[in-house]
Amino acid sequence: MDKTVETETITGITKASRHVSQNEGLIFERSAPGKRGMELPPLDVPAVDAAEALGPALVRQPIEGFPETSEIEVIRHFTRLSTWNYAIDLGMYPLGSCTMKYNPRVNEFVARLDGIAGEHPLQSDQVSQGCLRILWDLQKCLLAITGMDAATLQPAAGAQGETTGLLMIRACLESRGDARKRVLIPDSAHGTNPSSAVVAGYEVQNIKSNERGQIDTDHLRGMVSEEVAAIMLTNPNTLGVFEDRIAEISAICHERGTFVYMDGANMNALAGVARPGDFGVDVMHLNLHKTFSTPHGGGGPGAGPVLVKKELEPFLPIPVVLQKEGRFVLDSNRPQSVGRVRAYCGNFGVLLRALAYTLAYGPGIRQATEDAVLNANYIRKNLEDLFDLPYDLPSMHEVVFSDARQRRHGVNTMDIAKRLIDYGFHPYTTAFPLIVPGAMMIEPTESESKEECDLFIQAMRSIAAEAESSPELVKTAPHNTRIGRLDETTAARKPILRWKP
Amino acid sequence: MYPSEYRYTKDHEWIRADGASATIGITDYAQQQLGDVVFVELPKVGAKLKAGSSFGTVESVKAVSDIYSPVSGEVIEINSTLVDSPEKINSDPHGAAWLVKMRLDDPKETASLMDSVAYQAYVAEKDKEHA
Amino acid sequence: MRYLPKSSSEREEMLRGAGVETVEELFHSIPEQFRLREPLPLPGPFSEAEIIKYFQDRAAENSRGYTSFLGAGVYQHLRSVVTDALVQRGEFLTSYTPYQAEISQGTLTWIFEFQTLMCQLTGQEVANASMYDGSTALTEAILMATRLTGRRGVIIARSVHPEYRQVLKTYAKDLGLEIEEIGYTPSGEFDRSALKQAGLSKAAAVVVQSPNFFGAIEEVPALADAAHAGGALLVDCITEAVSLGIVRPPAEADIVAMEGQSFGVAPSYGGPYVGVIASREKFVRQMPGRLAGQTTDTAGRRGYVLTLATREQHIRRERATSNICTNEALTALMATVHLCLLGKEGIRELALQNLAKARFALAELEKIPGVRRVFSAPFFNEFAVEFPRSVKLINAALLREKIVGPLPLGQQYNELTKRGLVCVTETIARAEIERFAAAVRKVLETSP
Repeated sequence: MDKTVETETITGITKASRHVSQNEGLIFERSAPGKRGMELPPLDVPAVDAAEALGPALVRQPIEGFPETSEIEVIRHFTRLSTWNYAIDLGMYPLGSCTMKYNPRVNEFVARLDGIAGEHPLQSDQVSQGCLRILWDLQKCLLAITGMDAATLQPAAGAQGETTGLLMIRACLESRGDARKRVLIPDSAHGTNPSSAVVAGYEVQNIKSNERGQIDTDHLRGMVSEEVAAIMLTNPNTLGVFEDRIAEISAICHERGTFVYMDGANMNALAGVARPGDFGVDVMHLNLHKTFSTPHGGGGPGAGPVLVKKELEPFLPIPVVLQKEGRFVLDSNRPQSVGRVRAYCGNFGVLLRALAYTLAYGPGIRQATEDAVLNANYIRKNLEDLFDLPYDLPSMHEVVFSDARQRRHGVNTMDIAKRLIDYGFHPYTTAFPLIVPGAMMIEPTESESKEECDLFIQAMRSIAAEAESSPELVKTAPHNTRIGRLDETTAARKPILRWKP
Repeated sequence: MYPSEYRYTKDHEWIRADGASATIGITDYAQQQLGDVVFVELPKVGAKLKAGSSFGTVESVKAVSDIYSPVSGEVIEINSTLVDSPEKINSDPHGAAWLVKMRLDDPKETASLMDSVAYQAYVAEKDKEHA
Repeated sequence: MRYLPKSSSEREEMLRGAGVETVEELFHSIPEQFRLREPLPLPGPFSEAEIIKYFQDRAAENSRGYTSFLGAGVYQHLRSVVTDALVQRGEFLTSYTPYQAEISQGTLTWIFEFQTLMCQLTGQEVANASMYDGSTALTEAILMATRLTGRRGVIIARSVHPEYRQVLKTYAKDLGLEIEEIGYTPSGEFDRSALKQAGLSKAAAVVVQSPNFFGAIEEVPALADAAHAGGALLVDCITEAVSLGIVRPPAEADIVAMEGQSFGVAPSYGGPYVGVIASREKFVRQMPGRLAGQTTDTAGRRGYVLTLATREQHIRRERATSNICTNEALTALMATVHLCLLGKEGIRELALQNLAKARFALAELEKIPGVRRVFSAPFFNEFAVEFPRSVKLINAALLREKIVGPLPLGQQYNELTKRGLVCVTETIARAEIERFAAAVRKVLETSP
């Protein structure tokens, strides 16, 4: 790869262009009385008068300020809004810990099939065998990939999966008369870990990372006791580094009856290569909107299935998908279950997309993992001469730099991230994990071609040069977007959270 | 910069004792670290505080910091102007942006805190660490 | 593999660029004992056509072609194709959470519109950018009430959706909440006379659903007064959001927890849906979930940002208002588009159609001997009906006619055996309603 630094001036950058729809307002500002975007088929039964049917006290007036626009205006409004967004379909999101990979379109197609999209969750099992088989097949795949024994597909996201896993640990310990109070969490963990632990009713104790950014096993040995219900770890950790002493960590915990919970957010480094069930994990969640390609859609929906070892199976939330005499059923008759964590059986639409993804790869899923790790290491090798690497350990699917060198010129990670936007990329993850001041967390995923990786490297190298030669340019970025840096302070001091007529 | 009649804590609170009562706030160093303050959470009048315990929070856009009481006592007044104008903490942390007034359990407790010279040296050290 | 944009020669080049000979070297930090030597035993790889075939086969094993009279928290409503046409745009479908506001104004703008629509519908002052679903939104709303009042008691109607109450129970025990259930009157409404002063003085919230699980509409203003008299908040839960097109909004409730699935989100066998919490401005700092706020950029242009983020897990960690991170943005977008299409007149007309269809169906059913509505309170599009025989038996016969019958209430309410919950929306043709009634009549006429 050509390593010469190409410094692009603002006018030279063509990837981000001026917008055609600068002045698109809110839909409410385009409304005019009497306009409609959707018409209903005529009523084929006798009409009723609302006041007669409900009593006048229960009838509302037409909703003040509600939109009144035509179909074309709705299409134009949202289409224009969409052009203001960056998206995976446009280019790389190097967001560490998010695994922004390609969202296969066939997944969208099958989710909308007649006989799939319209199924009611409370309809009889007799007319739901297709749905139940989808859940069953997905379960089997996820268990094979993780090396665990049983699963719940209910949780709607990773955070909910975490809480569910902890509730199951609590129930198991209580069933043994061994209720414990505390959960140990590395200080490098994602914010949902401690907040989920609190939701599950546990105290949190932070495990400091050692000088290699990994869990200090001596320190851990001193912290694990009969008061500790579980350790919540991420592997590879949030630095993108594999906790190579995981066997020792698991042993220390298991000796004292402490459960090992693994946050599966970084599964993109492991699928097809290693199984958490093999290295001592008792319970873990997966983020289907990360490793399993379901679309982020601007923030969700996701799904956070929880996989467990046999000893935790009785405590799975209800309902559980079972196979009985060749048919599938939803079983809620489970006396030791922690209960229900949400209505109905789960984010089925998300689950089926994950299955479609897994079926596309089959046993070849390893190739995706290898490409993800290759991309991260390729990028690392081509940036480590210019950016500070706080922990010089092998990276897996993501690499964490820090802004230490650029800070000498007054440029920090947030500035670099904003300048990256001018080069046509979404920023990497800034300021996380907390153990790296000025962190720059980069995860390309396997969806990026060599070409896209090279463009990203080029952009980052250019910004490093700019940080030295023209730091103001970086500190006041972005320059090429429809809108500049926004005043978050006023937004928090005097929140305006809705439109008013 | 740091008023000589105030005392200071390692968590960057200041306290101005006035006989049996005292006024408490956070220092200029603290507001610099926080950035633009957007919200302040204060205790209720009458709340009993112990030295070292958290009695409220100061929020910027991206961070939340606990405020720790330098001494033990009872809250007798809170600065409710901070509800509408939290930005005072940035512009006048040692004056108009006082947080609470307290009746001290032990007026001599403040003597063990840092004076302005010691605090000045303390923050200079902190700055070196971060550089 | 079609999702991997590399040729073998590019892989070789990149391996060299990464400073290694083989890709295996990149996994050496995993102890050898844990590195898999065999490919995983997974089905596939499938081409696109094979994936489609697999799911088409599954679709044929469900209820395609059946007419369904199920509601109970999930509602069949007309969806415009415009919704999917917009939502499937890559810039919406494949975009990330709008933390980087400059390149996410599309998402942030529609979130702001969504928040506005939810306020307009519920009569509340502020609404968040979605929770997972109605059931978890309700639990979160109740936790919000406990934070606001400092109390641990929860008084909840039995007529709140049974699965929603189960979810509350799952989380409540570890958070030290004390739950008391209150029954319903013969009209189907919350039994206010059962509210005891003792319980009320310790309650953070009185929790009701309206229309409730039996379809009956509750008297929210009176319930709010009763709750407030005891120093508790009123939390109102809404599962059939289309009702807000004609039914008076619960403006007197302190917190509203709503399921927005009825607004253009397909039933999809249980999810993903869209939960909403709406409340008063003064409570906003205790409200969980993301919030989009209006602001300006350095040039004075209007824009939107995620705001009040200090409530959330990525900043407050263990002291956050909730652990929620990922929410239901895409389904919230579907709801936003759907509501914009329906508009002010459309949503009212839609609600009126539902009122009409449900009443027509009830009238048809009540022509059958022994079949009558159980409760007397006003209802929207759902009602409980008493049958002379087991509902399960009737449903088995109905299935053979390709009709998915009413939800048997006896499973969740011991006192309501032989009663079924019937839901009729605008999607069910008159002929199908008549066919349903005829089929029920036929089953009942056949000797047991």
